[in-house]
Amino acid sequence: MTAGMMPFMKNIAKAVLPFAALSGLLLFLSAREFLNPYWVQIFQMACIVAISALGLNLIYGFTGLFSLGHAAFYGVGAYTAALMTKLYVGAYGDEAVFATGAVFLGSLLAGGGAAALLACLVGLPTLRLTSDYLGIATLGFGIIMKVLFDNADSFLPQLGGARGMTGIARLTGIPWAVAGLVTAILVIRNLVHSTYGRALVAIREDEVAAAAMGIDTFRFKVIGFTAGCAFAGVAGGLYAHLYTFLHPSTFDFLKSFDVLMIVVLGGLGNMTGTLVASFAWVFLLEGMRVALPPEYIEFRWVLIPLLLIVTMLVRPRGLFGVREFPFLRSKVYR
Amino acid sequence: MYALIALGYTMVYGIVRLINFAHGDVFMVGAFLAFYSVEKYHLPLPAVFAIAAGGSALLAVVIERMAYRPLRNAPKIAALITAIGVSLFLEYFTALHQVFGPNYYAFPRPFQVVSLEIGGVTFTNIQGIILVATLASLGGLQYVVYRTKVGRGMRAVSHDVVTAGLMGVNVNAVISFTFGLGAALAGIGGVLYGIAYPQINTFMGVMPGLKAFTAAVLGGIGSIPGAVLGALIMGQSETMTTAYLSSTYRDGIAFVLLIAVLLWKPTGILGKARTEKV
Repeated sequence: MTAGMMPFMKNIAKAVLPFAALSGLLLFLSAREFLNPYWVQIFQMACIVAISALGLNLIYGFTGLFSLGHAAFYGVGAYTAALMTKLYVGAYGDEAVFATGAVFLGSLLAGGGAAALLACLVGLPTLRLTSDYLGIATLGFGIIMKVLFDNADSFLPQLGGARGMTGIARLTGIPWAVAGLVTAILVIRNLVHSTYGRALVAIREDEVAAAAMGIDTFRFKVIGFTAGCAFAGVAGGLYAHLYTFLHPSTFDFLKSFDVLMIVVLGGLGNMTGTLVASFAWVFLLEGMRVALPPEYIEFRWVLIPLLLIVTMLVRPRGLFGVREFPFLRSKVYR
Repeated sequence: MYALIALGYTMVYGIVRLINFAHGDVFMVGAFLAFYSVEKYHLPLPAVFAIAAGGSALLAVVIERMAYRPLRNAPKIAALITAIGVSLFLEYFTALHQVFGPNYYAFPRPFQVVSLEIGGVTFTNIQGIILVATLASLGGLQYVVYRTKVGRGMRAVSHDVVTAGLMGVNVNAVISFTFGLGAALAGIGGVLYGIAYPQINTFMGVMPGLKAFTAAVLGGIGSIPGAVLGALIMGQSETMTTAYLSSTYRDGIAFVLLIAVLLWKPTGILGKARTEKV
């Protein structure tokens, strides 16, 4: 091994180690039945939500682009990935674990790619708009996509349209969800602390000044938007293969608000906050389902908005403000 | 009818630059107040309108005082998230069995439907009432904004909050009044909705609210004639889509239109372009 390879290998090890430790621990615990399979599933859902929220944090938190269409990209990723595995898993006659895994990985990438491609197409015209107008345009895009999902069966019967898409293989497991999350964290952390990331933050802080410093603001906005949406697409692919059923209402514009709330609650441009808020959000929703007596179950959605309003009144800059976990900080300031 | 809701959005946005997501739910509360006053107390129609408008206005003022005012100097996104929170809270709180309940209710028709045919086009008296009520509210609004003292205050605050405050405008009172006035219009819209489409539930505000907001943006947000124009365009395009294409595409077409207009004129059809200063 040459000297130049050493840091590279070290970095790979740094990425694989937390993944292996976390998923190993969880797999061990669930195999020994210490963990209820229901909660394992919720944990995976939390990972998926975190991936999607990290993507939105890149778009809104770091680049300052107000996007209300995140769920649409999540949906595009979910449908693309589901369609891929439906078409190709077992298509070559072998059901070997390796081949299925490879197809699944491919379909996740395809989901992310489709979302990114669409984001690029949508972003090119709309990212010229500013602040609230961009929000409205992306919100409109989200609703258009929902209408298209509802009518999807008229182009491709497999997609199911308003009745929902069924018969998706259940491929997402703890290793996949954790791997996705670790990848998202690492990629976004490294991106944010690179020259690209600093250009994005500069655009958020002051677009005119950023342009004056020689940053091609429009190009970087498209890059930030596309990258963030790609993560939503991957998260969607994982989601599709976790619950094995897709329905257009899951990708409603209201779901975009859910992700937005997570990002804002955690603090804009703060990855720690997004991670904590995603897990807190998913576990709180499910926890209340268990904790509340059945006759008060409707109170869940009364309490959550109240909690949200109170949090915003008390900490308008998000739960974590500008504090980050050490491993998410830039090396320069560490 | 979109026009009435759109007006509330455009006024609030024009003054505090906040997309008030709870507006659609205020509209819903207006419809429910009307429902109860007709169903339980058999009040005459003018009283129903007054109760719905007054109740909605009161609700909006309370929301503004409790949730938005403390955040006025906070980052804009905090207020926006709070608005979404208020919206969700109103929807799910009123859907509780102890409040309005989660079911659909049939809105009682306070009068008989009469159809009239003029020159081959059929009108119903419901459409007539909607038209008259909309025009009346619009006229009233124009009067309030351009001919009264509080209206002058509204325009001043919309132009520059700090300077307006220095000039002796009671900014808080003006903002409260704007929320109230917008909500009163939404409440009237709620009654009209109940009369025109006689079925209401606690989530009915979401789509009309969103479309009304879209209409406001389409026409140029902050502009009163723009909101009405945008609402007319929205209503027409939806009806056309249902008639000529397919009703399943109805919700999408409005937003296709919106994106097209925004790309062509980013501040809406009647919106004024604001040059950005460094």
